[in-house]
Amino acid sequence: MSLFSDLILAPLNYPFMVRGLLAAIMVGIVCATVGTYIVLRGMAFFGDALAHAILPGIAVGYLASGGVREPIFWWGLLTAILTSLGIGAISRATKIKEDTAIGIIFAGMFALGIALISTVRSYTVDLTHFLFGDVLGVSTGDLLLTGIFASLVILTVLLFYKEFLVLSFDPVLAATLRLPDRFFEYLLLVLVAVTIVVSLQTVGVALMVAMLVTPAATAFLLTRRLPVMMALAALIGSGSGILGLYLSYYLNLASGAAIVLTCTGVFLLVWLGRTLKSIIQDRGLHPLLSD
Amino acid sequence: MVTAERRKPNLIHRGIPHQPGTPILDVSRVSVRYNGRYALEDVSFQLSSGDRVAVVGPNGAGKSTLFKVIAGVLEPNSGTVQVYGGGPGAHICIAYVPQRTQVDWDFPVSVADVVMMGRIGKIGLFGWPKTKDWDFVRQSLQVVGLADLVHRQISELSGGQQQRMFIARALVQEAELMLMDEPLTGLDLTSQEIIFQSLEELGKRGVTVLVAMHDLKSAAEQFDLAMLLNRRLLGFGKPEEIFTPEHLVEAYGDHLHIVHTGEQILALSDTCCDKGDQPALKGVKG
Repeated sequence: MSLFSDLILAPLNYPFMVRGLLAAIMVGIVCATVGTYIVLRGMAFFGDALAHAILPGIAVGYLASGGVREPIFWWGLLTAILTSLGIGAISRATKIKEDTAIGIIFAGMFALGIALISTVRSYTVDLTHFLFGDVLGVSTGDLLLTGIFASLVILTVLLFYKEFLVLSFDPVLAATLRLPDRFFEYLLLVLVAVTIVVSLQTVGVALMVAMLVTPAATAFLLTRRLPVMMALAALIGSGSGILGLYLSYYLNLASGAAIVLTCTGVFLLVWLGRTLKSIIQDRGLHPLLSD
Repeated sequence: MVTAERRKPNLIHRGIPHQPGTPILDVSRVSVRYNGRYALEDVSFQLSSGDRVAVVGPNGAGKSTLFKVIAGVLEPNSGTVQVYGGGPGAHICIAYVPQRTQVDWDFPVSVADVVMMGRIGKIGLFGWPKTKDWDFVRQSLQVVGLADLVHRQISELSGGQQQRMFIARALVQEAELMLMDEPLTGLDLTSQEIIFQSLEELGKRGVTVLVAMHDLKSAAEQFDLAMLLNRRLLGFGKPEEIFTPEHLVEAYGDHLHIVHTGEQILALSDTCCDKGDQPALKGVKG
């Protein structure tokens, strides 16, 4: 066997590595699909805030169960859905601008989460896992939950593809076509919430927004068609997940950080490539020939 | 804007049947206030099927607000709007074309995608566009002369082509009432001419069209009916009858410069410019 395939296959002897890779692939796909709408609608701050705001839910699950994973998932899901709907309601019902409302809830909830977790003596290690992810600690049960909820999210996005498209591109058209726009607005918030909880163990609360926006933004630079953008974003997200995990394995880096850094690296490469290309096109000449 | 919308509990909305013998549009004593200030005050008028109306008035005159009330996406504080005898919120036959600045032109959609959006009310929830829907999209793009640009990303269109794309969208929506918010702003005369030709197509189909605009000359030349709006409805009728110096001064106040040249009256408006961009036309006053 060649050295190259050794490099790829060797880590797969560890079951935790295989489970981590599967989780990273699923998270990459689901985050990119939902992230496409986050990028197109300018909801990045909302996504970041929502990820942070579920920390108290996780903390309650963690305190109640003594560290068992599954209750944490459900507590996180409940908090995420309630918070996303709450942010939507507050920015509608008050004079306060939406980003301010998000900021207030986000910081308050995040602080509450840290306070709750800090009541446990050994809290720093667990807090680190919640904040930055622990993809190599994913269990088979976690994988199953991730798979089920990721599929649900993607199915919903596909099922209401044209409604989400109209609502994002032209809300007034959605209103004149008498689509139930409020329902779809809230549905999208719930989808973001579920996506965040599904991805929690892979990248953690603090790095979540990168998985939501970076692959989708990279795809946005590469295509001008929405379905292609979603597919490319999913490819970039899951590819970065795989590559990032291998980097983490060989360079002994934190897995969540390695995945996010890979996403960022891909974005920078694509951005650089597009910029160079447009410079070349503006000159109308290959730069090497222009002198 | 959408917050004030009247909600319907049912998820699928295919529009209510039209009451025979009722005017396509009946606006009665409509007032809208934002933060205590009137955006529209006591506006009433009726339109018959196939009317083509230029809605003229300075910036902030309430043209967009009026259109949103008619489209049923904004609830007036008082007064009623009836479309074929029913509330506008119950119809899917009303097409609203937003101002160009309101549209995200970098959105990753093609011309065909945007036109297909008009079809969604007919396709219904859970449905996907069928071959006949795509055929309809292609035909409508042919009508407005964009058949070659079906697969272009929307930012690659010129200003005039962008407006014609929205006219095609109204066609596939099978709209009977079309509201266009300043479609001519920033277009050269040739592009404006092509838009008017596309509007002719809508007219042939009996579509009633309201166009918000600034240019009094085009309004007078291209439209049978005009409406002069500055929060209140100052005049509604044949353009030559309502574009009188008295009405125009009432609508535009200091921003209007009336020039008498022999038989003709020239009215120069500088309100199409942004604030602080006041202008070159000041000296013409006479």
